[in-house]
Amino acid sequence: MQPIQLHHIDYLILIAYVAFVIGIGWTLARYMKTSSDFLTSARSIPTWVTGLAFISANLGALELVGMAASGAKYGISTAHFYWVGAIPAMIFLAVFMMPFYYGSKARSVPEYLKMRFDERVRALNSVAFAVMTIFASGISMNALAKLLNQLLGWNYNVALWVCSGVVLLYVLKGGLTSAIYTEVLQFFMIVLGFAPVVYLGLKDVGGWHAMNHSLQTVAVNPSALYLKDAGITYAPNAWTSAWQPVLAGSANNPMGVDWFAMIFGLGFVLSFGYWCTNFLVVQRAMAAKNMTAARNTPLVAAVPKMFFPFLVIVPGMIAAALCTMPDKGYRIPPAIISQETYAQAIDAVKAANPADSVAAVKAVGDVLGKKVAADKIASLVAANAASKLTDAQIKQGIYNSIAENDYDGVILSLVKKYCPPGLLGLALTALLASFMSGMAGNVTAFNTVFTYDLYQAYFAKGKSDHHYFITGKVITVVGIVLSIGAAYFASMYNNCMDIIQLVFGFVNAPLFATFLLGMFWKRTTGTGAFLGLFGGIASSALFHALTTTGSNLDAAGHVVNGMKGGYLAVVSKFPSEMAQNFWLAAFAFIACFTLTLVISLVTKSQKTDADLKGLVYSLTPKIVDNNIPVWQKPAVVGIVLLIVCIILNFIFW
Amino acid sequence: MGLDIRWPIGLMFSLIGVLLTGYGVLKRSASISLDININLIWGIVLLVFGVGMLLGAMRDGKNPPAK
Repeated sequence: MQPIQLHHIDYLILIAYVAFVIGIGWTLARYMKTSSDFLTSARSIPTWVTGLAFISANLGALELVGMAASGAKYGISTAHFYWVGAIPAMIFLAVFMMPFYYGSKARSVPEYLKMRFDERVRALNSVAFAVMTIFASGISMNALAKLLNQLLGWNYNVALWVCSGVVLLYVLKGGLTSAIYTEVLQFFMIVLGFAPVVYLGLKDVGGWHAMNHSLQTVAVNPSALYLKDAGITYAPNAWTSAWQPVLAGSANNPMGVDWFAMIFGLGFVLSFGYWCTNFLVVQRAMAAKNMTAARNTPLVAAVPKMFFPFLVIVPGMIAAALCTMPDKGYRIPPAIISQETYAQAIDAVKAANPADSVAAVKAVGDVLGKKVAADKIASLVAANAASKLTDAQIKQGIYNSIAENDYDGVILSLVKKYCPPGLLGLALTALLASFMSGMAGNVTAFNTVFTYDLYQAYFAKGKSDHHYFITGKVITVVGIVLSIGAAYFASMYNNCMDIIQLVFGFVNAPLFATFLLGMFWKRTTGTGAFLGLFGGIASSALFHALTTTGSNLDAAGHVVNGMKGGYLAVVSKFPSEMAQNFWLAAFAFIACFTLTLVISLVTKSQKTDADLKGLVYSLTPKIVDNNIPVWQKPAVVGIVLLIVCIILNFIFW
Repeated sequence: MGLDIRWPIGLMFSLIGVLLTGYGVLKRSASISLDININLIWGIVLLVFGVGMLLGAMRDGKNPPAK
C-alpha cells in the first residue's frame, strides 16, 4: 500500500512512548537484586497489573492485525476465538489450575512438570516451549519490521534491529517486571489508540446496523470483494451471526468449520492448551503477590478479553462493509506488489491489444503473479487505448483490479483512512507497542525457562544466585538475537495466523492432556506423561502429513503445497486450513490422553503421595476462601464471567 | 515492586493528551476527521485518564496499602 506520511506530532508521540518504556526499565533496575526479582518478579505484583499483563502478553502481532484480517474474512464468527477459544479456558485456569501452579511454588510451568512427574517431561516441555516462544517472538518482530517498511518506508533490517534494540534496553534492565509494566502500558495504548478508529469507522459506515446490513451483501456474494472464488455464496447472516453459519455445517460458513471442530478442537483442546499451559501467560499469574491474587489474575484478564472483539474484530467487518459502498472509494488492500512489478505491469497494459482482452488479462496477470479481475483489466486497456493514461492512472487501475487481498493490511488501511496527524501517531504507536511487547513477553518467558529449566537444571546446578542473575541477563540478549533470526525465517511465510495455530497445535494440543491427567489423576506416572506427550506431538505431525485441504489439491488430486499437509498421503481432506488445524488438535489431544492413561496404568509411579501433595487435586487440601468477600471468590467470579460470556454468544447468535 | 505503575502510565498519557489537545487546537483543520476534531476530543479524554491515574498513584503514595 502507499506509504503514510508522518508529521512531527506523530513522531513526538512515538518518541514519548519509547522514552517511557525505556525509562520504566531503567527505574526498575535498582530493584533487581536477585535472579528471582529479575526472572519471576519475586511474587510481588498487584492483581490488576498481573491481570492486564496476562491479557497483554497475548496481545501481540497476532491479535490486532490478525483479528482485523479475520474480521474481514469471516465476520463476527471470529469472536469465537475469544468467547469459545479463550474465556472458558481462562476461567478454568483461575479456579482449578492456579492453586497447583502457585501453591507448588514452581518458578515455571516446566518446573511444575518436574515436580509432578520427572526430569524427562520437564526437558521435553522446556525445550519445546523455548523453541516455540522464540518463534512467536520472531513472528512478532518480522510483522513489525514489514509494517514499518511498507507503511513508513523504513528499511526492514533497520526497523527490525532498532525495535529489537529498544526491547533489549528495557528488558535487560528491569527483567520480567519491566515486561509486565510495559505490557500494561501497551494495553491502555491499544484500547485508547484504536477505540477512536473503531468509532470513526462505525460512523463512516452509518452505524452498527448499517454495517450488518452491508455485510449481508458481502455474505451472498463474497467474490465481489475477492473474499472467495466466484460462485461461492452463503446465507446473508454468514458475516453477522456467530453460531448459525457454523451450526449449518462447514460448507455454509466462510471459515469452513463444523461445530464439533469449533467446540472441541478450538474451544477445548487449542484454547485450554494455550491458556492453561503456556508459560508466557501463566508466568504473569505466577508473579502475583498471593494465592488469591494469582487465581484472580486470569479472571481480571477475562473481562477486557471478552469485550476485545469490539475493538479488534469490528474493524475488519467495517472494512468489508465499506467495500460495498462505492462512494467511499475503499477496497480491502490488494496483495502487495513491488514497485518493479508494478512498472512491468504498466508496460504490459500499454503493450496490450484492446481487441484481445483475454490475452491482455493473462499478460497482466502473469506479470503480477496474482489473480486479476478480468473486466477491470479489459476496461483499463480499453481506456488506455482510447486516451493515453498517465502511469499513475494505469497503476491505480491495476491496483484496483488485483483480485487477491492482503488481509493483514486491513487495520492499517483503516488507520490511514480515518486518523489525522496526531491520532495517527497514537494508533501507530499502539501497533508498535503491541508488537514490541509481544517480543518482550516471549523473551522474558524464554529467559526464565532457559535459565531455570535448562541451564540450572542440566548444565550448572548449585551455583550462587548471583550466577543465575547474570545468566538471566545474558540469556536476555541471546533470546533477542535468536528472535531476530526467527524473524528473518518468518519473513518467508505470509499468513502468520494459520502458521502459529499449526505450530501451537502440534505442541500444545497434546500438552493439555498431560496437565489434565497430571493435575487431576494421581495415578499418572512420569513415563506415561513423557511417552504420551511425545506420542501426542508425533501424532500431530503424522496427522498433518496425512491430511490436507480440498483447495490444496490440483485437478489430478496431487498436493500443491506440502507445507499445508498431505505430503505423505492424503487420507482425509478438509474444507479449510482452519478446520484441518482444529481436527489436528482434537486428534493429538485424544492420542496423548489415551497413551498417557494406558502407559500410566502399566508403569509404576516414582512419586509417593507425600511428594505429590499440593500438585494433584485429590492430594491437595481444598482452598477455603472464607476470609474474602463473596464477590472476590474466584469460583463466584468465574461463574459470573461465564454467564456474561454466554449472554454475549446469544446476542450475536 | 517499588515503582507504582500508575506513575508512568499517568505521566505518559497526560503528556500525549496535552500533545494531542494542543495539536487539535493549533491545527484545527488538519485534525478533522469525519467532521469531528478528533485530536482535540481524544486529547482531552487521554488527559483526563492520565491525570486520573496520577491522582490514584498520589493518593496511595500518601497511604500505602498495609502489607
